[in-house]
Amino acid sequence: MSFIRLEPRGQASKTMVYVTPLLAVALTLLSGFILFLAMGFDPLKALYSFFVAPVTSVRGVGELVVKATPLVLCAVGLAIGFRANVWNIGAEGQLTLGAITGGGLALAFYGEGGWWLLPMMVIGGAIGGAVWAAVPAFLRLRFNASEILTSLMLNYVALLLLNYVVHGPFRDPDGFAFPESRLFEADATLPILWAGTRVHLGALLALLALAGGWLLIARTFIGFQIKVIGLTPAAAGYAGFDQKRIVWLTLLLSGALAGIAGMGEVAGPIGQITASISPGYGYTAIIVAFLGRLHPVGILLAALLMALSFIGGEAAQIAMGLPKAITGVFQGMLLFFLLASDVLIRYRVRFGARRAAA
Amino acid sequence: MSDLALIGPILAAMFAAATPLLFAALGELVVEKSGVLNLGVEGMMLVGAVCGFAVTVQTGSAVTGFLVAALAGAATASLFAVLTLFLLANQVATGLALTLFGVGLSALIGQGFVGIPLEGLPKLHIPGLTDLPVVGQALFGQDIMVYLAIAAVPLVHLFLYRSRAGLVLRAVGENHTAAHALGYKVLRIRFFAILFGGAMAGLGGAFLSMDYTPMWAENMTSGRGWIALALVVFATWKPVRAMLGAWLFGGVTILQLHVQGLGIDVPSQLLSMLPYLATVLVLVLISRDVARIRLNAPACLGKLFHPDA
Amino acid sequence: MNRRTMGKTVLGLAGAAIALSVGLGAGMGSAFAQEKLKVGFVYVGPVSDHGYSYQHDQGRLAVEKALGDKVTTTFVENVPEGADAERVIEQLAASGHKLIFTTSFGFMNPTLKVAKRHPDVKFEHATGYKRAENVATYSGRFYEGRTVVGAIAGKMTKSNIIGYIGSYPIPEVVGGINAFTIALREQNPKAEVRVVWVNSWYDPGKEAEAAKALIDQGADIIVQHTDSPAPIQTAQERGLWSVGQSSDMTRFGPKSHLTAIVEDWNGYYVDRVKAVLDGSWKPIDTWGGISTGMVELAPYNPAIPADVVKMADQIKADIVSGKRHSFQGPVKDQSGKVVIPEGKTATDEQILKMDWYVEGVQGKVPK
Repeated sequence: MSFIRLEPRGQASKTMVYVTPLLAVALTLLSGFILFLAMGFDPLKALYSFFVAPVTSVRGVGELVVKATPLVLCAVGLAIGFRANVWNIGAEGQLTLGAITGGGLALAFYGEGGWWLLPMMVIGGAIGGAVWAAVPAFLRLRFNASEILTSLMLNYVALLLLNYVVHGPFRDPDGFAFPESRLFEADATLPILWAGTRVHLGALLALLALAGGWLLIARTFIGFQIKVIGLTPAAAGYAGFDQKRIVWLTLLLSGALAGIAGMGEVAGPIGQITASISPGYGYTAIIVAFLGRLHPVGILLAALLMALSFIGGEAAQIAMGLPKAITGVFQGMLLFFLLASDVLIRYRVRFGARRAAA
Repeated sequence: MSDLALIGPILAAMFAAATPLLFAALGELVVEKSGVLNLGVEGMMLVGAVCGFAVTVQTGSAVTGFLVAALAGAATASLFAVLTLFLLANQVATGLALTLFGVGLSALIGQGFVGIPLEGLPKLHIPGLTDLPVVGQALFGQDIMVYLAIAAVPLVHLFLYRSRAGLVLRAVGENHTAAHALGYKVLRIRFFAILFGGAMAGLGGAFLSMDYTPMWAENMTSGRGWIALALVVFATWKPVRAMLGAWLFGGVTILQLHVQGLGIDVPSQLLSMLPYLATVLVLVLISRDVARIRLNAPACLGKLFHPDA
Repeated sequence: MNRRTMGKTVLGLAGAAIALSVGLGAGMGSAFAQEKLKVGFVYVGPVSDHGYSYQHDQGRLAVEKALGDKVTTTFVENVPEGADAERVIEQLAASGHKLIFTTSFGFMNPTLKVAKRHPDVKFEHATGYKRAENVATYSGRFYEGRTVVGAIAGKMTKSNIIGYIGSYPIPEVVGGINAFTIALREQNPKAEVRVVWVNSWYDPGKEAEAAKALIDQGADIIVQHTDSPAPIQTAQERGLWSVGQSSDMTRFGPKSHLTAIVEDWNGYYVDRVKAVLDGSWKPIDTWGGISTGMVELAPYNPAIPADVVKMADQIKADIVSGKRHSFQGPVKDQSGKVVIPEGKTATDEQILKMDWYVEGVQGKVPK
């Protein structure tokens, strides 16, 4: 049936691990060229404003980091869960809760803060996210309810809760009844790490999370358990691993990290609690986690790439009036190529029919 | 007007609100039964919605519109199929990428179709029956797509549980290696399941753009694809339960709007949470029996398959 | 082809012609090369929403049409109101845009942050309350339109129940409900308003469901403060009246659409760009109503009786002349307490902060 077929490699190809992303980028550039040309835009200029122009200034590079920060924080936690077959789709809601609790502390101690407020907010955000993730964990373990459904539904509940608090208890008393909190004071705002940009302490926390995630998976017994459960649940059962504990751990951990991401947004670039905190970071982080092959280094690169594609889309709109819709199509294509090219790591492409494939 | 008299209209609105969810959920249910998890439902619905709308505007034929919507949904799904089945891309990430792609593509196609009104489908009217109190409007006053969605439930059920093809499809979802060893074309079966899922999502989207709110607007599905995905889990992969889930979700949505209209003093944001919370609550109640759910969840869900591996 | 794409094409051609002539001018060695003013627009929704962002984009196109030889315009659509807004505004400022309109409330603080870094760039923020040396604010007194609509509804309702679909309970929307209700009950003291919040500016399905629920509860006129035409379509299907929002929605329900409260930014945008061009720009606050043309009513449905049209026109004229105010005392809240005493009108601050319902609205403002 087919003259092109895939033949499994005995071992994952080390070369291909590095070659495939380049191949995917090349294919993306080529298809982007065709897409932009077909839509009547100068393709070279479009590609330039998409991928290069955004990072030609210090501020631009900083923005890339700012945008990648919540993605990394969410994706690290999610990836650990995914390795253990814990399907947390609720990072968006956990992020939102972290923003509510972490940011709520900033409002609660408005005017009476101190050096202790920021650490408390980080912890508060982590707890908020973890509590929100604890609900699916509890419902799965106690009532056997799928965390895919419960965590997803809780995203909507969290957004409505955020909406409620900014219209009600968190509303700025001097803000003309608009749904926004007060602007956070200086001691409730994450310090800027790099002058002239918006890169804030959250970026450092994201790097720490990456390192911690790597340590956990690669160097601890818990990490070993997570990997075994993910690959062969039955074997984990024979080995007597406490699967319940792993479900709790992975969900609480990913919830806490997403919560910190949410806190980082309100205490960082936004500087107050508003009704729209995340443009879907919790969902994009799922893509980032898999695009990064659930590995910390991969996640970092994937987050930066996703961040660039969002920022590049804006830049292309500004520079040449490229509609937002084309950006979405282009982003989708980029992801398709990246995901598809992975196949070369584990398989060889062979030409000529040996037997009908599939 | 007494509040009891509202039961009829609430039921009628519930069936209509559940329809797009039901179409998409039934499609995804078949996909998942074959062992594939496609998170791109939202994107496929949008592409179906815009294509169905555009074709209906151009041709004036709603039948053509719905057919094209199904084809467009299936075509979008085929991208996912090629990537995950033949190029072995990760299903979760590819599905999410498909949603991003579908949102963009539908907006691009729809640019010339914004602000154009369309007539919705005519409603059934059977003298006597439609005028029955309480249930008349709900049962006998809907349009054809609402009935088609409901009719699809027993059809999908019969296909999955009473036909040979359905048996094979479930076998592929349970254990693709064994099914392959028995000589079944795992990839081909999954390919067609994914196309079916895309077609149904396309119909669900087109129901929104051509009938429920006959217009095209960017992102008009507003997350209904995600709800459909949740309903498949809710249904524990059983078509009838997917229908009940869609009714539950649609019903609570309508109900909370009515509660608001009656002026009951609860913040609207909290009332708007009810459909989501109700779905979780009912899932918890029906999931307690561990053994029953295990029997239904396709064992190979989300796992990649390669015939030579 | 719809009206909009056609308009775009025509403008596109005009733009091309201008570009061509400029190019020729340069080619002929003309030493005269005045740099055009770059004007940026930031939208919260897609320009194709046919509602809020669409109307702002109409304003942008009006600027191009009126001053195309002196300005170029850029827009960024679908900008989220979170951390991304500041970056987009910054990018516009950094890429040489000297006047930037940020058209949604959530852009307020990001606009101010960027404005601080770019003192040479002028900013205009819609619907906000914070200004600076280089930040002006503007908004429409949309409640004035709702007064006119309320009076029409008072005359047209038979069931004495009006269904009102709200987006979010912000003062603009709550004030609109109040202005509507006051005028409604002036014509028809027995009429009441039922409010359903959909917690979204744009969700056609949800808006249609809300309209259905209100109609099933006996409403015979559906008023919306959300952006999609779905409620109009629902009302038309049920053979009832409706009132549109943001743009003229007649075509979505010609038999149902009484009128719509139209946001018209064209005049304001052209004026402000001119002010920058001639150096007279000041960081002022503009709150324009019917008198300035910022708030308009879409053409009345021909089915509205002549005497009602006459009444509506009179109210409009009285608002323009200052003889009538939307919140003219005595105005009572739901508990019957007089909030605005006889002989007084609501202050702008009272209107801007409105978070209570007047008598005649069912339910409570969500807080």
